[in-house]
Amino acid sequence: MRVAVLAGGRTPERDVSLRSGHRVMTSLTELGHETWVVDPADAPLVEALREREPELCYLALHGKEGEDGTVQRLLHLLDLPFTGTAPFDCEVAFDKVLAKDALRRAGVDTPAWVTIEGSALRDLGAGAALDRVVERIGLPCVVKPSRSGSALGVSFVERSLDLPAAMMAALSFSGAAIVERMIEGTEVAVGLVGATLETLPVVEIVPKNGAYDYAARYTAGATEYFSPARLTGEVAGAVAGVASSAAAALRLRDVTRVDAIVDGEGRPWVLEVNVSPGMTEMSLLPMAAQATGMSLADLCDRVLRSAADRR
Amino acid sequence: MAEFSIDRFVDRYARRTEGMSASEVRALFAVASRPEVVSLAGGMPYVQALPSGDVLEVVREVLDEHGSMALQYGGGQGHVALRERLVALMSEEAIAADPEDMVITTGAQQALDLVGKIFIDPGDLIAVEAPAYVGALTAFSAYEPRYLQIELDDDGMIVDRLEEAFVRGDRPKFVYTCPNFGNPAGVTLSYARRARLVSLCREAGVPIVEDNPYGMLRFEGDPIPALRTLDPDNVIYLGTVSKVFSPGVRVGWALAEQSVVQRLVLAKEAADLCGSSFTMLVTERYFAGERWRTNLATLVDTYRRRRDAMLEAIDETFPDGALWTHPAGGFYVWVTLPDWVDTRAMLAAAVERRVAYVPGTAFYPDGRGTNKMRLAFCYPTEDRIREGIARLGSLLTDEEQLYRSLGG
Repeated sequence: MRVAVLAGGRTPERDVSLRSGHRVMTSLTELGHETWVVDPADAPLVEALREREPELCYLALHGKEGEDGTVQRLLHLLDLPFTGTAPFDCEVAFDKVLAKDALRRAGVDTPAWVTIEGSALRDLGAGAALDRVVERIGLPCVVKPSRSGSALGVSFVERSLDLPAAMMAALSFSGAAIVERMIEGTEVAVGLVGATLETLPVVEIVPKNGAYDYAARYTAGATEYFSPARLTGEVAGAVAGVASSAAAALRLRDVTRVDAIVDGEGRPWVLEVNVSPGMTEMSLLPMAAQATGMSLADLCDRVLRSAADRR
Repeated sequence: MAEFSIDRFVDRYARRTEGMSASEVRALFAVASRPEVVSLAGGMPYVQALPSGDVLEVVREVLDEHGSMALQYGGGQGHVALRERLVALMSEEAIAADPEDMVITTGAQQALDLVGKIFIDPGDLIAVEAPAYVGALTAFSAYEPRYLQIELDDDGMIVDRLEEAFVRGDRPKFVYTCPNFGNPAGVTLSYARRARLVSLCREAGVPIVEDNPYGMLRFEGDPIPALRTLDPDNVIYLGTVSKVFSPGVRVGWALAEQSVVQRLVLAKEAADLCGSSFTMLVTERYFAGERWRTNLATLVDTYRRRRDAMLEAIDETFPDGALWTHPAGGFYVWVTLPDWVDTRAMLAAAVERRVAYVPGTAFYPDGRGTNKMRLAFCYPTEDRIREGIARLGSLLTDEEQLYRSLGG
């Protein structure tokens, strides 16, 4: 099959995406596909795709345009099949405000949250209601941009006087911020892959400095991973269960990664989902696949077949 | 149950690599490379001003006349013809030098690394101006020093603070400063402070590392004698042709007393045997003619106009409460914003509005400088600078409104 791997782009996750894309390309080439990388930052995407006419696009773009449905809509218009979730569902999944709401409606546990729009602060005096936020969510809490990846713009807040700075940091990345209850526990990630979104073993994340922030994600050695996670079979099963429910609720396809936290009682809470999970040598999904003996090539193959069979 | 190691050598790396980590700011610069973003971040010289014919001519000359030498290894100290030529170049800034007291390095950046290598043991105290050139900090940090940070004001390093530290008994291995339109602050160390710094360090037996990449890019006012001129024995002087010719040739140098030079040469040989004979000879030929003077005058004129455009635009568009330096040369304006501004967090919003800068924290080893930013005027055109500053000004105004709305 002739496969264009879309990677790069002009987002803060550009470098990560290029690494993902390169590894995907190598794997697909190994499998006998004619594969090449298309970087939307190098040339206009439509032109680049028309030039070599792929039969399918493998999406290894991370961050806004690649995960929020923008690129997916364009590929849809061009009648080009692509890996991953459909455009509208991407838009929902990428936006934490929409995704958390969809999860709650579907009965999937996600930490309590409040959304504050930048415009509500600027135009409606929402700042005067910040004390209500603290009352409702409690401290410590986590402040995140509604639409961003790789923990960019995320702050942990212990004192209410630090909330404004955290809000400003989150709003630097996105038009809205969410203030989320902080759940103490074990950070985990679950990969789901293939037409049936079969769950891979749960990976446990132990950042050495406590927070799984940007540096902890992308500096080799800054985080320890356990795959499979050091959870009882029952808890691991519960984690896999909520991950599947989350993926179903958000109508995800082909491949995804669900990030969650397991509290002291062994109850998993879904933090977010990723429609284009990282495929680098430091990424969680390939790590989880490897724990089952699945190589990166096997993983890419399953993603590709799931997308190709949809036609 | 298996602990999964993403990097199987993780337990084997040296401790000095611990500080080398992925950063959010670097990630954001990927976005800043969009053509529509006005980047006031990078300190890239405006090499387009250099007539390529002039360079081609010297390259041809080098290959015609010294081809076998240019393509061969050379000595660790660097070609003597180049060292002699650089002595002449330094005399333009009234710095006297002997070619024997000089080692050619791969940009002044390598000289910073070599200085760190020969002076710093883990845990040693070194004094740096604060803010300081980020590349100096990363070069030194590999040798695991402790930092004594000496704040700057409009007249450069506040030497009294260094004196206070000496009185307390601190004896840093050396003092690092970039006295002419320094990176990032753009300020120039006054003559009075230079004299005081030199005598203070001499008395204390502490050498000075004088980094002077921008000295020849003076827009106005009279040059101030180099620290090296005031005390040749106690100053290790670092120079480069990156800003007056090309950073692509990677030619810099260190000038120091013989005992230091010998160690630097050995350290240099251990690092890379020798610099590039080819670019050393090209550089020598470039400065042998007279055209470099015209080209440099064009550059200085360009940078002056860009600085003026930037200062004017800042003055027009930045909200009250912002303070900034007025560089008499070089590449950078340093901006101090109200305490509540976090320039690192704000960078994403700036890039979204198509303008980029370097957050202040990059220039301190300890996380200071959250309300500061470096703006470079060297690369974008005047119109782009005005546009970028206007975008930044309106962002700052909106941020202030947001801050107020959050009860600040």
